[in-house]
Amino acid sequence: MFDLPIIWAFILAFAVFTYVVLDGFDLGIGIVFPLLGTDENRARAMNSVAPVWDGNETWLILGGGGLFAAFPLAYAVLMPALYAPMIAMILALIFRGVAFEYRWRNPAHRSFWDRGFHLGSLAATCAQGIVLGTIVQGIEVEGRSYSGGWWDWVSPFSVMCGIALTAGYGLLGTTWLVLKSTGDLRERAYVLARIAAIATLGFIGVVSLWMPFLSPEIAARWFTFPQIVFVLPVPTLTTALAALLAWGLMTKRDAVPFPASIGLFGLCFAGLGIGLYPYIVPRAISIQEAAAPDGSLQFMLIGAAILLPMILAYTAYSYWIFRGKIDPDAGYH
Amino acid sequence: MIEIPDAVTLARVQFAFTITFHIIFPAFSIGLASYLLVLETLWLRSGKAVYLNLFRFWMKIFAVAFGMGVVSGIAMSYQFGTNWSVFSDKAGPIIGPLMTYEVLTAFFMEAGFLGVMLFGMGRVSKSLHVIATGIVAAGTLVSAFWILAVNSWMHTPTGFSINDAGQFVPVNWSAIVFNPSFPFRLVHMVLAAYLTTALVVGGVGAFHLLRERTNAEARKMFSMAMWMVAIIAPVQVVAGDLHGLNTLEHQPVKVMAMEGHYESYPQGAPLFLFGVPNEAEQRLDYALGIPWLGSLILHHDPDNPVKGLDSVPDEDQPPVAAVFFSFRIMVGIGLLIVLLGLSSLVLRRRRRLFESPAFLRTAVAMGPSGFVAIVAGWVTTEVGRQPYTVYGLLLTADSASPIDTPAVAASLTAFVIVYLIVFGFGIWYLLRMMRRGPVETESRPNEGQPKNLHSVLMTQPPGVGDDHV
Repeated sequence: MFDLPIIWAFILAFAVFTYVVLDGFDLGIGIVFPLLGTDENRARAMNSVAPVWDGNETWLILGGGGLFAAFPLAYAVLMPALYAPMIAMILALIFRGVAFEYRWRNPAHRSFWDRGFHLGSLAATCAQGIVLGTIVQGIEVEGRSYSGGWWDWVSPFSVMCGIALTAGYGLLGTTWLVLKSTGDLRERAYVLARIAAIATLGFIGVVSLWMPFLSPEIAARWFTFPQIVFVLPVPTLTTALAALLAWGLMTKRDAVPFPASIGLFGLCFAGLGIGLYPYIVPRAISIQEAAAPDGSLQFMLIGAAILLPMILAYTAYSYWIFRGKIDPDAGYH
Repeated sequence: MIEIPDAVTLARVQFAFTITFHIIFPAFSIGLASYLLVLETLWLRSGKAVYLNLFRFWMKIFAVAFGMGVVSGIAMSYQFGTNWSVFSDKAGPIIGPLMTYEVLTAFFMEAGFLGVMLFGMGRVSKSLHVIATGIVAAGTLVSAFWILAVNSWMHTPTGFSINDAGQFVPVNWSAIVFNPSFPFRLVHMVLAAYLTTALVVGGVGAFHLLRERTNAEARKMFSMAMWMVAIIAPVQVVAGDLHGLNTLEHQPVKVMAMEGHYESYPQGAPLFLFGVPNEAEQRLDYALGIPWLGSLILHHDPDNPVKGLDSVPDEDQPPVAAVFFSFRIMVGIGLLIVLLGLSSLVLRRRRRLFESPAFLRTAVAMGPSGFVAIVAGWVTTEVGRQPYTVYGLLLTADSASPIDTPAVAASLTAFVIVYLIVFGFGIWYLLRMMRRGPVETESRPNEGQPKNLHSVLMTQPPGVGDDHV
């Protein structure tokens, strides 16, 4: 059961999830950037992610590179199918990525790059949601390549996923700010986090109800006995975490909402995985069919087994160095 | 009438455009990261403020250049799939794992410790900080190792077999990584990165020396850069020659295009200094050549017969003009750089290194020349391996995605617009920072803000204090 392709599917799922959580909160800060009130708040929000954002984005490269390496067929089929949203995402990430440095370079250009940071984050998030929605709803495949058109990704479901992910990243970003900030910024972050939490939970409900209608296979997995026994913990835990999040946001426990939001993302991710297994391109190409030969997977697994724990350790260390609330006076004396 | 280019041509233009922008930043980061490590080490050893000032100055520039490298690199890692999906399916089992190793061993290390390097001064001890700088510098080199292994394998594929699905599959990983052209390409590229950075550092130093002859930081960086140029440039000439001989062995057609050898020369080939390749007539117009020198350089024997493009079917030939001209640009700049290094040695011996305005102006003018040489060199090697992506095995025309021409045209347009805005501003900001020079910016009255907010400049680290996490 745990052969090389399955192990690599788990490693990639882990990489994508880590990306979603880590870049999710710094993209989320970009999403709410214009709503932070003052330039001082924006500067503090930006400084809270400046030391870590490019490490966060490296997980996206691992996700893409890993898919290319471990499942070249899936990569070769998915990328042309997702042509427009992928390119939009890349360009949006470029715009927002450079804003971290550029906004300090010339005060006269700051508002331009702040807008770039906001719109870039928003567009990248929407594009990622659309990519997810398109993959879930399935794409046309013929032989070893994509056989649809370059607008096939447009559908009510994929667009809704784009909006849903915007709410979700907004939640991660604002709860991160709750964790990291003080004073006015913290107050604003709480208000925004509550709105984002309501929207996110609403979308989780809508997507959960919609997904089974996309294919009878997904429906069977969720609603037939005995599978339902194994999948039931997912909605149950989701409800519990939603309650924890609400409690943290209402009683202003700064350290609660961010981990609770990550937990919600984790459960949604698990739910998706349950819905899609054993496919890597839903209902067209399975994990086994798309996998690179064992020689490739083995060679990479040696590296991943040694290096991923090290990467997690020094990433954690880097977060530890920059732990705690951002100093409200930093840079102002 | 203008011919409407097909999807494959547009995809090639897009790849060439995005990688040309991308290569500039990693090349600069490779050299600059090592330079920062040297500066910080010298500062810790000597305690001299001049090294710390230089370290801080170049670190800010590094931060901007590195960020531009990261974001333009994301574009590269997904472009294989969007525009070259057939290539990705076939070559993925070989080059995918190498690129994954690049991410695991280099990108994470660089990104993980870059934050500590940029924002950690004052938060971590000095020795830990210099270790972080060292890890970033090592990461840039490890990254070059893997990506050049990938690139070299596409030029000189070894250690593989082909399976039923038409995929290249690994047989021997050390043969794949250490393929025949890899050591030469790696040395040539890393030296190019060091040389390019030295030219930039030297150009910035010379610029400030022209303003103020006694500027201690400018003198120090100029002197260091000129040592580097004087030592590395001649080594690079030798490395380039060896790389060329390696290409002659494995990709002789590319060398024919580089040399402009349309005809075969049974009794020794000339070296063409100049000419205009005429593809239609398959000859070099306005050729200016030195007899026998071509054979002497390529085979170290003036009478050695040399085969020309007349021995190669038209459909297996690369576009000659691009290869021929770009090669001459690279070599021409390379020789100028050697000359600059030699002049610096002469002037240094006469104790006039900082005193000759003509030399300083030349150094300023040569500041960006390394980038031009790098791009020209890449055009030579990458256009020269056409019409193949995996040399001799997979045609470029058979590598592209099943994407319609309008889609590729639209994405190419979007890339051009975004890159021109983003990297246009970025290069402008970099030039402004270089012009301002290594001074404490916060004490400058003409700054738009009382103190630069950016934590890079802050002596006081951000957010020291309560631990809520």
